[in-house]
Amino acid sequence: MGNFLVWVVWVAAAFACLGSAVAVITFANPFYSALALVGNLGSLAVLYLLLSAEFVAAAQMLVYAGAVMVMFLFVIAYLGGRAETPWAGGPGWQAVAAVGAAGALLVEIVVAVGLKAGGRLSEEADVDAFFGGPHEIGRLFLTDHLLAFEITSIVLLIAAIGGVILGSNARSGPESTGGSPARAGGTRSPAPSISAAQPPEGEAAR
Amino acid sequence: MMGPEINAYLILAAFLFATGALGVLIRRSPLIVLLSLEIMLNGANLALIAFSRRFGEIDGQIFALAVMAVAASEVVVGLGLIVAMARRHLDLDVDKLTTLRG
Repeated sequence: MGNFLVWVVWVAAAFACLGSAVAVITFANPFYSALALVGNLGSLAVLYLLLSAEFVAAAQMLVYAGAVMVMFLFVIAYLGGRAETPWAGGPGWQAVAAVGAAGALLVEIVVAVGLKAGGRLSEEADVDAFFGGPHEIGRLFLTDHLLAFEITSIVLLIAAIGGVILGSNARSGPESTGGSPARAGGTRSPAPSISAAQPPEGEAAR
Repeated sequence: MMGPEINAYLILAAFLFATGALGVLIRRSPLIVLLSLEIMLNGANLALIAFSRRFGEIDGQIFALAVMAVAASEVVVGLGLIVAMARRHLDLDVDKLTTLRG
């Protein structure tokens, strides 16, 4: 009975996962795409629970479906709903080539998994109840994978600095030329559009 | 637990990755391209966690958490770029962003 229930949950989560992934890339409105991605992340968290990765599932819901997607929705709301037809320009050679490339990628992965590792991946290792819990993951992060942990924090710090620089670069008007190298690089774009766009933003910033 | 085999998770991860790649290649809005990138990263994450379950080692989950942090950083920088583009009144169309072409 428990076996059957696991299968039901797996099939439901797998179909929700694939369906929402297809919905993300087919919806014309980016807002609906982002909401479909939230569904995708949620069904993936269910699959992580089935794989006894409880901490990763919780982090997925909190970090991805919570923080990252809220940021996405804020930006989409800020930019306004600029709907774009998904298959713009009809089925041109670009779309055909894209479908072909994605199909080739899929076939390649499936063949690699099936041929190279088909039989050896059928069984699972025996794990205890603490597998995937925060205790084990925290212990590994602070012992075996300490370097990865620290590098991850540096990556996040650099991303935060990059976000601040990109934001201030977009906000600063033409009067702030000759600042940091990032700003100097930013001023290479056509000046009239900057001066036309920036004064209201500068006023809002003050 | 006698659920689906690890193979099934890996095939699902391959389908997710291919769907994300199709989205990256076929869509023109950089927002949707970023969302499709998230799908690709999640496909890789699913494969990592499935392998972690297969071998009974937790290192795959550590890797998945690191991928999650990289994805969050990528979203921050990508959304910053998109907002900067929108403020300069550039078209949000990856086919028209050709000024960085070498």
